[in-house]
Amino acid sequence: MGAGHGHRLHFHGHSPVHRAPAHLKVLGLLAFMLVVVATPREAYAVFAVEAAVLLAVVLLSRVPLTYLLPRMVIEVPFAVFALLVPFISHGPRTEVLGVSVSEPGLVAGVALLVKGSIGVLAALTLAATTEPQDLLRGLQRLRVPDLVVQIMGFMIRYLDVVTAELGRMMTALRSRGCDPRSPRHWPVLARSLGALFIRSYERGERVHLAMLSRGYDGALPQAERR
Amino acid sequence: MSTPVLDVRGLAFAYPDGHQALFGVDLHVHEGERVALLGPNGAGKTTLVLHLNGILGAASSGHGKGTVTVSGLPVEKQHLKEIRRRVGIVFQDPDDQLFLGTVRQDVAFGPANLGLRGAELDRRVMDALDRVGMADFVDRPPHHLSYGQRRRVAVATVLAMEPEVLVLDEPSSNLDPASRRELAEILRSLDVTVLMVTHDLPYALELCPRSVVLSEGVVVADRRTFDVLTDEQLMSAHRLELPWGFDPRRIDSLPG
Repeated sequence: MGAGHGHRLHFHGHSPVHRAPAHLKVLGLLAFMLVVVATPREAYAVFAVEAAVLLAVVLLSRVPLTYLLPRMVIEVPFAVFALLVPFISHGPRTEVLGVSVSEPGLVAGVALLVKGSIGVLAALTLAATTEPQDLLRGLQRLRVPDLVVQIMGFMIRYLDVVTAELGRMMTALRSRGCDPRSPRHWPVLARSLGALFIRSYERGERVHLAMLSRGYDGALPQAERR
Repeated sequence: MSTPVLDVRGLAFAYPDGHQALFGVDLHVHEGERVALLGPNGAGKTTLVLHLNGILGAASSGHGKGTVTVSGLPVEKQHLKEIRRRVGIVFQDPDDQLFLGTVRQDVAFGPANLGLRGAELDRRVMDALDRVGMADFVDRPPHHLSYGQRRRVAVATVLAMEPEVLVLDEPSSNLDPASRRELAEILRSLDVTVLMVTHDLPYALELCPRSVVLSEGVVVADRRTFDVLTDEQLMSAHRLELPWGFDPRRIDSLPG
């Protein structure tokens, strides 16, 4: 993915954030997230500072917020949970907009939502400013075990292939009158996901054979910069 | 005659589940030849191909008999690296062969495993891509290329190892007619020995003067491609069929 086009997360640019070495960005993200997670639930001023730091980095990277925000939908399942917490928690009750909710639950829910949003936005910023290949090299430089880096590389490479395969299977299902979204057809969906797993596994074996055929001996050659 | 590039003698092989795929195969391919390996589905063609560079067979502790020799070097465990340099296999699905981020990295993968670095590696990569007409795509991610372009890059990944014999598994499958013709032109322009597994009989006739027919794990014919394709008894006995309307006898001249 060196060309940087057609990728769903990466936003092409030449800002200082784009140019920063990938391993520093990874370390920065990790440290930032540890601080965010460790922030006490009710230290709202600290959250505000953290959000301001993050926004400053986003502005510096010149990635438009309109690009990042829609991609935050990945957070929705967590957000739903965060919104539920005030209703299902115990403890002293309080009123918000005329609805009685649990006070500790409200605090926990808000903290979860804030920490989650900051985390997702920070991760998206890293993804938007770092090419997947650079990220892998950065991880290599951080001495992440080679095998793990290789596995992540293959994941990036074959994500599109497997998604396309899934898409074709769904089209084939629909062509035969099955609606994969309807719960009535979930058993079929489950079986086709199983088939997808088997196909991906077999592809993995074929890729491995193809690698052995070109002299693979356990270590990928260092990815070289062009 | 000189030492054959590929020399397979009495090769038999059974998979661990007991399924016997090969029953004593003899095959030799000499330098500069282009040979087609024909046969119905399930004849053992792929099994045979995977023996040629020691993925299956004695070299990787299989259940089999017989020997495979590549330019005089037996396919044995201690020679595997050199064997895999000499025998370049292009697999059927280019997505199986192109697994790195850019075309350059993919083509460099083989020669880098051979220990090449720096300028020499670069030269190999560009040279191989030039030979398949894909040099302009060197920094593109493989999955953004068309299927025909990916097939050509897959050929380049193997050419970059400067193999003595190029083994192609179904090179024309899933290609549109123009890509199929372009690949034929590329293969004809390469100065390398070729063994081509295919169901595409007109393609075999066009590219390979000689054909070997494998059926149920044995070689049942080994002669001129034209003679194989016009031997109706042999063809129907081994589930080989020409496309409708194609008659080798009505082709005046074949390309060299």
